[in-house]
Amino acid sequence: MLEQLPAVILLAPLFGALLISLFGLRERRACFPVAFASLLIALASAIGAGTRAFTGGAYDYFIGGWEEPLGIGIVLRVDSLNGLLLIAIAVVAVLALIFTIRPSSEKDEGKTAYFYILFLLLCVGLFGITITGDAFNLFVLIEVSALTSYGLVAIGSSRRCKMAAFHYLLMGTVGASFYLLGVGYLYLKTGSLNIQDINTILATNAVVSESPGVTTAFILILVGIWIKMAFFPLYGWLPNAYSYCPSGSACLLAPLMTKVSVYVMIRVMLSIFGLEWVFGHPGWSDLVVWLAVIAILAGSIMALAQREIKRMLCYLIVAEIGYMVGGAWLNDPNLWGLTGAFYHILADAMMTLCLFLTAGIFFKYRGISEIADLDGIFKKMPLTSIGFVIGALAMIGVPPTCGFFSKFYLIRGGIEGGQWEYVAALLISSLVNAVLFFRIFEIAYFGKKPAEGHDHEHNHEHEHEHEAPAQTVLPAREAPLSALIPLLAAAALILLVGIFNGQIVELIRVAFEIPSTVVSNLR
Amino acid sequence: MVEFFLNTVKPHFNFWVYVILMMVGLWSLIAKNNLIKKMMGLAIFQTAIILFYVSLGVKDGATIPVLEHYGDYAEKAEPAGPDASKPASKPASKPAPNPASMPAPAASNPADAFANPVPHVLMLTAIVVGVATLGVALALCEMIFKEFDTLEEDELLRKIKALHDDA
Repeated sequence: MLEQLPAVILLAPLFGALLISLFGLRERRACFPVAFASLLIALASAIGAGTRAFTGGAYDYFIGGWEEPLGIGIVLRVDSLNGLLLIAIAVVAVLALIFTIRPSSEKDEGKTAYFYILFLLLCVGLFGITITGDAFNLFVLIEVSALTSYGLVAIGSSRRCKMAAFHYLLMGTVGASFYLLGVGYLYLKTGSLNIQDINTILATNAVVSESPGVTTAFILILVGIWIKMAFFPLYGWLPNAYSYCPSGSACLLAPLMTKVSVYVMIRVMLSIFGLEWVFGHPGWSDLVVWLAVIAILAGSIMALAQREIKRMLCYLIVAEIGYMVGGAWLNDPNLWGLTGAFYHILADAMMTLCLFLTAGIFFKYRGISEIADLDGIFKKMPLTSIGFVIGALAMIGVPPTCGFFSKFYLIRGGIEGGQWEYVAALLISSLVNAVLFFRIFEIAYFGKKPAEGHDHEHNHEHEHEHEAPAQTVLPAREAPLSALIPLLAAAALILLVGIFNGQIVELIRVAFEIPSTVVSNLR
Repeated sequence: MVEFFLNTVKPHFNFWVYVILMMVGLWSLIAKNNLIKKMMGLAIFQTAIILFYVSLGVKDGATIPVLEHYGDYAEKAEPAGPDASKPASKPASKPAPNPASMPAPAASNPADAFANPVPHVLMLTAIVVGVATLGVALALCEMIFKEFDTLEEDELLRKIKALHDDA
């Protein structure tokens, strides 16, 4: 049974979605328990499958037992890299799901079943992208996650989210098509779609790996993924899509979609083409790091100009993507940049979840979307504010949050690789983040107007899985438990991922096949 | 001009067409004002990629990849002789374990009897994905039209801006 876990990760949310589409439309209250149970099963199997990879090394799982003789077949591959990411995705999905127990308005209640179906299917797509060992299946799963995320953006009741979803769809489809085209060229040159097969062929056959077709394939794939992850010049779809979509969707999409795309980029560089091939092209590394520097600076500056909380966070994501892309391309001798980039995927998923949850709470229970309206919120919602502060400190990079350690590894990579512009951009961006968040702290703690009401009592009406009728009044008190639990859990995870960074980094570096002696020197 | 056409375009005709189609799609995606036209551009873009993949699997003188048809090929291959390895069938890499070490395709290689089915099968999936995407896009267009009463992008942007100013 235990060796079937990689398949269970995918099947649990898939069958959950099927069950909801069968019964959830009639019995709305059944939706949440089914979704919750299936995601918990996925989380448990992700932990199981990951642990096996952490202890025993990478392994393959062939769906239906069809071991591939000709590069045809559906293979799942788990190693310590994607084991970590699978667990992170499952954790984020479970926490984001808890946040959605209460619909934000009565208008949304009719959409409950559809929302949960899309939510679970998106999880299937994300798990699949992470775990698959086949370049074409990767495309299909990218499209599964993309199509569901268009739906999740458009499901909101705001008037502008439909337009945002349409633009997102156009950009996303073009990105995926470029990826598909790149895979076509790769297949043309290597005759295989299995990631490991392609890697072996490229590593052993110089005629193939030096041909222009393979270079074309790499560039097409890279551009496609960059569109998907909103890398700086291609980021246009992101701010509208993530700030106009409903809070429940934003808490799932913002932490995961772009991060998983970064993972795909790392996977393509590491496992398909191989780092030696990628960095064997002089100038590429410098070029991409400069692009990343521009992305970091542009994202930070645009974030400064925003007045809405969610939009500010969206531009911060653009900057964070710059961190990760730049880190992955640093090409420093000990691969600290790549390590930091992957660690930052995990760290940023937690930070973004935490901040989007607070933004969601402020909007859902207080109707606040502008930074200026936050005055005095620390006194009114102390627990929510604790979560917000931890998330903000992680974004700035204060130890012992995970944000500090990821910047530490990235900067170390930048110094060892001699990419000083990247180091400078990281530091400037940290300063900008400090300005951004301390501005909010000032408004939220000291306030501008005299605070009305000092109602500190927390909302202790216990949330059961049955949803309460939507709140229309916004009393001056703490958010309900259904929102606080995921928020505080995310805040705790930020600290935990930070404190246990040594172990996590060791697992990451095992996948890069760097001897662990190098790792232990550093701790 | 004619030289160029005969030497460069003709042997890779499919690939020229796919690039041109792709650019047509991309152009209408970017330049058109109407959302439906943008969507059509997207469809053309995706179709171009399908054409590319289908061209990958094609070989000169090959038959459908079903074993019973092997006889058809064997008869034809005799008179055709070395013609079977013309440059037009360049993308003839069969998903063999290590295709690069394969000898130049000769009539004796039984794999040459069949068109490569893998890219064609992949495209079945890609077509389904494309249909789903267009379905979602159409649904979104309908919602946008109900909301704003127009599908022209400039008008939409104006109305959305007005919305923002009101708020």
